[in-house]
Amino acid sequence: MTDDAPPELTPLDPAFITTSRIATALGLLPFVVGAGVLEFAQLLPPGTFLVPVLLAYAFVAYTVPARKYRHWGYDMGTDRLRVVRGYMFYSDTIVPFGRIQHIDVDQGPIDRRYGLATLTVHTAGNHNSTVALPGLAHADALAMREAIRAAIRQDT
Amino acid sequence: MRETADVIDDLPPSVEGYRLHITGLIVSFVSGLPQLVFPMVAAIFGVRKAENPVLIPIVIAAVLILSLFFRWLAWLRFQYFVGEHDIRVEKGILNRTARSIPYERIQDVSIEQKPLARMMGLGEVKFETGGGDGDDAMLSFVTLEEANRLRALIRSRKAGVAVFVTADAPAHVEEDAHPIFAMDGRRVFVFGLYSFSLVIFAVLGGLAQQFDFLLPFDFWDFKHWIGLAEERGVSVKQINGVGLFAQLILAFGAVGSLIFIGFATGVVRTLLREHGFRLTQTSKGFRRQRGLLTLTDVVMPTHRVQAAVVQTGPIRKRRGWHSLKFVSLAQDSKEESNYVAAPFATLSEVWRIAQAATIAAPDGDERLQRGAAKYWLTQLLVIVPLVLAGMAALVVFADAPVGRTLVLLLLLVLPGALFWLDWRQYRFGLDDHQLYLKRGWWQQQLTIAPQVKVQSIEIAQGPLARRQGLASLKFGIAGGTLEMIALPLATAVAIRAAVMAKVAAVDYSAINQSR
Repeated sequence: MTDDAPPELTPLDPAFITTSRIATALGLLPFVVGAGVLEFAQLLPPGTFLVPVLLAYAFVAYTVPARKYRHWGYDMGTDRLRVVRGYMFYSDTIVPFGRIQHIDVDQGPIDRRYGLATLTVHTAGNHNSTVALPGLAHADALAMREAIRAAIRQDT
Repeated sequence: MRETADVIDDLPPSVEGYRLHITGLIVSFVSGLPQLVFPMVAAIFGVRKAENPVLIPIVIAAVLILSLFFRWLAWLRFQYFVGEHDIRVEKGILNRTARSIPYERIQDVSIEQKPLARMMGLGEVKFETGGGDGDDAMLSFVTLEEANRLRALIRSRKAGVAVFVTADAPAHVEEDAHPIFAMDGRRVFVFGLYSFSLVIFAVLGGLAQQFDFLLPFDFWDFKHWIGLAEERGVSVKQINGVGLFAQLILAFGAVGSLIFIGFATGVVRTLLREHGFRLTQTSKGFRRQRGLLTLTDVVMPTHRVQAAVVQTGPIRKRRGWHSLKFVSLAQDSKEESNYVAAPFATLSEVWRIAQAATIAAPDGDERLQRGAAKYWLTQLLVIVPLVLAGMAALVVFADAPVGRTLVLLLLLVLPGALFWLDWRQYRFGLDDHQLYLKRGWWQQQLTIAPQVKVQSIEIAQGPLARRQGLASLKFGIAGGTLEMIALPLATAVAIRAAVMAKVAAVDYSAINQSR
């Protein structure tokens, strides 16, 4: 999609597929439970609720994260960070290091298990005031943070 | 920035705390009176059953005294310290908060004088830090000399000079200050005429709805009004009988008075806000003074200006009137987030002020491009199936005649016209230093942003746009937004590359503020 891009994009850590599958599966679990309850109530012929919901659930929780992963990418330049994501709603953001106000490295419980982290940079702009890059190996995220910090310090 | 701790201990002993001016207590008490109406009504309601009329004044007095007492307590527990590196404010009767505002973080200092405070020679000092959570720090009220002293002090501290300005020094006028824009009474009046507003009826209607239980009659009972008119000898029959010509005169009279009220509201509101408008350029930035009853005095440092917005309306444009606002992280007032540098000015005045903020006028339309028309066309095409489905549903389910349902196609005319107007007005472009974006057919707006102030750039494509090879380009601006739409992907990529080259080039060199 990014035929214009001279520097090749770096993909996220493949473990991102797993963590995002787990997160989606947990997040959508209430719907499955709801369908199970409706099924149990036997309002309609057996399988009317559970079968379509389970199919949709499997698709969203299993196939979609792998696709999402394919469309994420980033490029860490010497003076800028580029984050590309999305297929339907494609977005390609560049943040110059000199404009970064502060940097977060977050780790949720699922992330921690797989050694992943999310790098978030904050700018002063109203638009894109935070740019988040999930699915980085924790060590990579920390290294990127240090690199950006060094670049900012040199600037000021 | 906010810390809840006993700061008094770790303050150097040389720094003494200041109290607010005691007269301010009266001012805030009087201006807070309307808020006491409901507690009073509640209290009166409570003692109503006692059937002792003497109780009512006692209750009112008790509420007033209680309020005054708490205000006095709050005043007693409010102190501010002017320190080496920051201003500290300590307040709270039971919950003590100590807030420290470092001088470097203060975006601007504004002084506001409401009518009552002005009579007493007091002012309200506000420190804007541009931090997200609304009210930063406010000293209400201090004497005007103290307000000016604080402002001068903060300015000199920010500039890195530790000059101590004493309280008894007169509010000195800066020598390098010169006015760059001012509005005389005539200009304000004309501006008022353009600010035609019928909002007063909405306000009156709202009040009538809120307090109709207080009125001795039913406000919305039209028969009552007719009855009232008949008592005075005017009847519906009479009005019907006066003939077409007289009816027309009556109608004209009604419409005329509406129009008059609309203009009068506009003039009065504008006069209250803009009277004596003066924008001066000082070494620290722009200083704006305005207001008839409530005087405001706001300073905007020049280097904080992120972008300029030039606006005009369909009618005022014919006479060449425009407004100029500066985008920055600081908030101008509750209603207006951008700093109003000139509310009603000719284009040449606008460009002169913008020049002072190192923003140049566009050098001709040739640099501006139109958006791709197919972007708007697609939006229109999205509506078509909806209308067709509606028509089909009418024919199938409601047995409507096909010929008449075709009238529904007219529904497409209005959005079509709006899209066309939007496309016609929209322009985007860039030159070596700045970005330009023109949009809006009714409220026409031109945004100019220096490229070096851009915080981030995003190329975005929705599902429809990606099929057409179109993209939008969203620029992160501190305090504002700038989004170019309907441009070919290749153009978007090229623009982004050009702007990024500018941003990155500036970052590591010393040419920060001057171009």
